[in-house]
Amino acid sequence: MTMPTTVSGNRGLQLEQNLIFEQDTPGMTAVDLPAAPKVIERLGDMKSTRRIGLPGMSEPDVVRHYTRLSQKNYSIDSGFYPLGSCTMKHNPRLNEKMARLPGFADVHPFQPVSTIQGALELIDTCAAWLKELTGMAAVAMSPAAGAHGELCGLMCIKSAHEANGQGHRKIVLVPESAHGTNPATAALCGYAVEAIPANAEGRVDVAALRQHLRPEIAAVMITNPNTCGLFERDCIEIADAVHEAGAYFYMDGANYNAIVGRLRIADLGVDAMHINLHKTFSTPHGGGGPGAGPTVLSPKLAPFAPVPQVVKIGAGFDSEEHAGFGTAKQSYGRMKGYHGQFGVFVRAVSYMMAMGIDGLRQASGDAVLNANYLLARLGTEMTAAFEGPCMHEAVFDDRFLKGTCVTTLDIAKALIDEGVHPPTMYFPLVVHGALLMEPTETESKQTLDKFIESMLHLARKAKAGGAEAAFKAAPMYSPRRRLDETKAARKPILRWTPSEPEANGNGARQAAE
Amino acid sequence: MRYLPLNDTNRREMLAAIGAGSVDELFRDLPKAALASAKFKLPNTASEIEVERALGVMAAKNLSCGAAPAFLGAGNYRHHTPASMDYLIQRGEFLTAYTPYQPEISQGTLQAIFEFQTQVALITGMEIANASMYDGATACAEAVAMACRVTKRGAALVSGQVHPHYRDTTQTTMKFLDIAVECLAPDPAGIEDLIGRITPELACVVVQTPGFFGHLKDHTTLAEACHKAGALLVVCVTEPVALGLIKPPCQMGADIVVGEGQSLAGPMSFGGPGVGLFATREKFLRQMPGRLCGETTDEDGRRGWVLTLSTREQHIRREKATSNICTNSGLIALAFSTHMTLLGEAGFTRLAQLNHAMAVALAEKVEKIPGVKLLPSAFFNEFAVVLPKPAAPVVEELAKRKILGGVPVSRFYPTYPEVANLLLLCATETNTIADIDTLVGALKEVLS
Repeated sequence: MTMPTTVSGNRGLQLEQNLIFEQDTPGMTAVDLPAAPKVIERLGDMKSTRRIGLPGMSEPDVVRHYTRLSQKNYSIDSGFYPLGSCTMKHNPRLNEKMARLPGFADVHPFQPVSTIQGALELIDTCAAWLKELTGMAAVAMSPAAGAHGELCGLMCIKSAHEANGQGHRKIVLVPESAHGTNPATAALCGYAVEAIPANAEGRVDVAALRQHLRPEIAAVMITNPNTCGLFERDCIEIADAVHEAGAYFYMDGANYNAIVGRLRIADLGVDAMHINLHKTFSTPHGGGGPGAGPTVLSPKLAPFAPVPQVVKIGAGFDSEEHAGFGTAKQSYGRMKGYHGQFGVFVRAVSYMMAMGIDGLRQASGDAVLNANYLLARLGTEMTAAFEGPCMHEAVFDDRFLKGTCVTTLDIAKALIDEGVHPPTMYFPLVVHGALLMEPTETESKQTLDKFIESMLHLARKAKAGGAEAAFKAAPMYSPRRRLDETKAARKPILRWTPSEPEANGNGARQAAE
Repeated sequence: MRYLPLNDTNRREMLAAIGAGSVDELFRDLPKAALASAKFKLPNTASEIEVERALGVMAAKNLSCGAAPAFLGAGNYRHHTPASMDYLIQRGEFLTAYTPYQPEISQGTLQAIFEFQTQVALITGMEIANASMYDGATACAEAVAMACRVTKRGAALVSGQVHPHYRDTTQTTMKFLDIAVECLAPDPAGIEDLIGRITPELACVVVQTPGFFGHLKDHTTLAEACHKAGALLVVCVTEPVALGLIKPPCQMGADIVVGEGQSLAGPMSFGGPGVGLFATREKFLRQMPGRLCGETTDEDGRRGWVLTLSTREQHIRREKATSNICTNSGLIALAFSTHMTLLGEAGFTRLAQLNHAMAVALAEKVEKIPGVKLLPSAFFNEFAVVLPKPAAPVVEELAKRKILGGVPVSRFYPTYPEVANLLLLCATETNTIADIDTLVGALKEVLS
């Protein structure tokens, strides 16, 4: 099927937009500034008169540029986004409004402590919710995202081992089904990684885990609920075995949304767990961050938490900013600038307060209900990878596509034409051709029913045969059709560069040389 | 609860479809004992107006920089945010999307990242830049780790003019990898000798421009010495507005440039979230951490963008990845990029000139206060001064007068009594001459 072409390349509401560098009006700016006071410069020999190469545009053209770009994005605001392991739930605008209060947004990290009591109280409030929800002794607020939280947890674990004369423990056990950040984090913390297999039920093989436990093991990292969408039923037994072997139990909290308000992870024997505020606590994903990954810690690990730490003093607050001092005597140090992802904390607290404990409990219930509804309804045409009930994610494998030429990727791309953001594809790695669906609690039954209708239609169409060409051609209706990723990687073009005649000796390439 | 669309009728119908009697039944894999002991001392749901009230009270306990003359820098800068920038980044299609895993329906985010990468490359003068890191401090640590991979060496030297949080973050991160990071003592006078300390074991030397105490220094000879010894030069930039006016790191021979983009990306927000900038030479591409967006074409031959070279990344390489970073700082990178686009070359250089002029205006008046000595002779929008008495109590006194009069250096270096009298002062386009006069008048009083 060929689309009719237009002179402009536009397709009605789908408007083509050149790069800003191709819209340059030299000398133009969208920012007018007051006049500078007349002074004698003090730049020494460091003044530059180079042409940087930034394009000039007017305000209306800039607004139109980004508005048009935004319209080429799929988002939670526009539709169903069941991207597994990412918890794409509704992002309340109240959170944005709160983060923009001048008392939160227009505050500098190094103001005198007497002028930032409200900011420290906000961090303390966020910490108090997280500690109460998890039952854990302490929470490190520094980590900037989930992977950074994993690093925080492992740094605490390594510090604790070293403090206890257990520095010879050099190996971290990670299940095969784990997110890639787990082994990458362990490596970044100076650990070797050993994989532990999953059993046929999609859970950690406890017997195999026990066989791996030995005096060289520093920690076990387990995602729970796991990446197969299942709760690790044996987690208390696992925690006990891990502790008996002298190692620590790191629980990856990427899927905390399924259990928040249901149980306290302290009761599972967890030593450390990061919490993705941008997942469970509704702060926006922003096209890839910023997130925040506060890491809750057991009493054994709490003394090693990073700085800074908010300290309660009488009716007020102070900030301990140095390892080796005060509450941070044994702290392993600093892992990020300033006071953590403060703006994300404001949004998370705004959400926690709005939801309340009853709302959070209802949310995890609805998230799990929605996922099980998908598992049950889609299981008629698709093949569920594991037996239910699932937690807040339903994972399907590609057995239902066996004998067809249609792949998981094709199904995903066809879903785009149906107006849905595809689920996570080919992850977890232990499930062949996986489609990992996380509907979240903020989707209505109507939305789910429409998605189910599309999904069942595609599954039947694939199985009926004869539609391979149509599948391979999908998506047809998105701003771009399938993109050539091999070409992008083979000859990487990672930035705009002026074409030869335009360069005129002022081009960026030459400036770089 | 207003965020939850299901009602009890829906729930009943759905449970029937599943074949479960209750929602609790779906949680049957959770340990019974843990379910039973779960009691939470937390409030129940609150209306929008109640949340606004509670957080409004908390926010009002802070003295915001807009409510007081403020001269704070030290890596976090107060600049004016164009109204259209904050509007554009709040468009739901940007705000509520995630990492562009499905490029066909993420071209907006991807093109914005491609433009961001180009802008960062242009202002630093480097060949390539990535899609962002968490912040400047973590980007600095990543740069040292990358330098170790490139040179296959395991030691780094960090200048005493690098931001203390960058130094601390780098040292913390590297100690877990058994990489020796030597951080030189704070160097407010700008006299440390780095070249004399270069050894054949060094993977890199880390410097900052403008320096933490304000000094503008040309690191060209240092870069040459590094390269001769087989080491890389890492240059940190905590105030990218400076790059509109001063010699860019590339012209000094920098191999990796890292920085904090917050100053161009919106509110200070108590220091986070920021956006880490990361730029380097094309020949080091395969060792770079973080996401990269690249140009390609779609099936119809139309230009488009995708995330590329992900074989460096954790989701493919796992424990062999160049970094563990996944979620980065997408929206703040977009804010940075939008602001840069609004500014353009003319606005960016004018903004830099205005910042420098305000700082010089401040310096001219502050250095006339008896007993006060300005340290750097060349600076951008921030400089250290020596006061005749400890700076921390002076700043507290100024705060009582509702003036946010700089950052005492002692806050960063509790074990260096010699920095007790040092104060960092910064001026940007958000300050007025009247602000400067208020500060100078109050400083005279407090110091007398």
